[in-house]
Amino acid sequence: MVRFENVGMRYGTGPEVLRDVSLDLPAGSFHFLTGPSGAGKTTLLRLMYLADRPTRGLISLFGEDISRLKRKSLADLRRKIGVVFQDFRLLNHLSAFDNVALPLRVAGITETRVKKNVTELLEWVGLADKLHARPVTLSGGQQQRVAIARAVIARPQLLLADEPTGNVDDTMALRLLRLFEELNRFGTTLIFATHNESLATQRRYRRLHLVDGELSAEPARLVERPT
Amino acid sequence: MIARSGTDIPFRREGTVQLLPWLIVPMIYLAALALAGMLALHGVLQGWDRGLAGTLTVELPPAKDANDAAMTKALAVLRATRGVTSAAAIDRAAESKLLEPFLGSAVPPEELQLPRLIDLRIASGVRLDLEGLRARLSAAVPEAILDDHQLWLNRLYGLALSVEATGLAIVIMVGLACVLTVIFTTRAGLAVHHDVIELLHLMGARDLYIARQFEREAMRLGLSGGVGGVALAALTLWGLSYAATATAVLGEEAKLLPDLGLVLWQWAALGLLPVAAGLAAMLTARLTVMRALARMP
Repeated sequence: MVRFENVGMRYGTGPEVLRDVSLDLPAGSFHFLTGPSGAGKTTLLRLMYLADRPTRGLISLFGEDISRLKRKSLADLRRKIGVVFQDFRLLNHLSAFDNVALPLRVAGITETRVKKNVTELLEWVGLADKLHARPVTLSGGQQQRVAIARAVIARPQLLLADEPTGNVDDTMALRLLRLFEELNRFGTTLIFATHNESLATQRRYRRLHLVDGELSAEPARLVERPT
Repeated sequence: MIARSGTDIPFRREGTVQLLPWLIVPMIYLAALALAGMLALHGVLQGWDRGLAGTLTVELPPAKDANDAAMTKALAVLRATRGVTSAAAIDRAAESKLLEPFLGSAVPPEELQLPRLIDLRIASGVRLDLEGLRARLSAAVPEAILDDHQLWLNRLYGLALSVEATGLAIVIMVGLACVLTVIFTTRAGLAVHHDVIELLHLMGARDLYIARQFEREAMRLGLSGGVGGVALAALTLWGLSYAATATAVLGEEAKLLPDLGLVLWQWAALGLLPVAAGLAAMLTARLTVMRALARMP
């Protein structure tokens, strides 16, 4: 599903923020991506959601070498990927409903289905009364839930979440984690970046641990799915 | 009911793009005036052409005595010519009336040494042998001049063509200026909304999806600017038409300004300008965005 071979990344002429990263994430897996701030978690995710190209090394997504992909093919690949951004990246001129609807509209889904799916999902994340609210009128936690709803609305095959529970209380964090696990159970490959060690240790999923741009040699643990 | 609220890209919050109609208004105003001028001039020329078709004028030197033998001879030659439906001498009073707007009524006509004129009407569809007629007329009255108005008309046509070419050049230049303005504002919009565009790309939006948002906005702005420009031009044309009518105080035959009023199809042509501006803005925005996005990673 996601394969990195000796990937290195630097911005401009700056130092390498990722060095010799190699990983192979099978389809349907759930991984925590941990590491201190500035370790390169966001950069690694940006490479995975095709916002940047590596300065060296090979990346393959869904079995396709991205360096060989034509620009026109990127849209199809990106539609298989959902992203929860650390800073949410909600569009402030649109309502919560329209923000969540974006991936569906981009994919050309009919408005009837858009309305049904978006309303259901926003109800599920506890924002049924905030459909028309603009992001600026929502709390940090509510904005985060809108961002998560937007990332999962199109049922992506690969979901990349950058600190998706950073602004919510523990109860909501667990609820959102269960949403991700539910998606994972239905086959979505998940990478969950967090610096919240306690959350990462609550579930025994594989961990990708980044330190100074390099994946640490932390031994992989067996996945134990919660019941 | 949840209605879709506007475009994914927040164009209405960005000043540069919203300036577009204000830039297009004066440009379309100029283009509309130039176009209206061309159309009005075309109408005036056609009127002159129609007015002079089938008419000729024969000019004789001023009469030396009351017994106008030259006039009698000339009229005889003209009336004997096949195709001539009428040949009538224009009397002193009528000549004086023609000159009155220029000389006033203070000068007695009899004090002026005016050439005598014969108004000649030709049957429609008849091609007169002008050279033959000229020769016969010269034989009868050597000083007679046959004027078929061609010299005057040719000069007017020349002038009108120059004015029309200038009008067309103005319309073309204004069109180019509009296109350049749309290109610059679209590029500014692309730079300002770079983050939103990147976000849409990351969600799997194709370039065309993004370009359509820009082209719809450009169409809206181009159309509104075009409507404003044409509305102002219509007011100006109405004012000019009113001014032309006001000069008719000297008599309907002696307006100082030609009638600048437009007929229905000419107004319709002007009404198409905003649509043309909107379509040009839409197409330009689309091409600009598609080219710019193709260079993005």
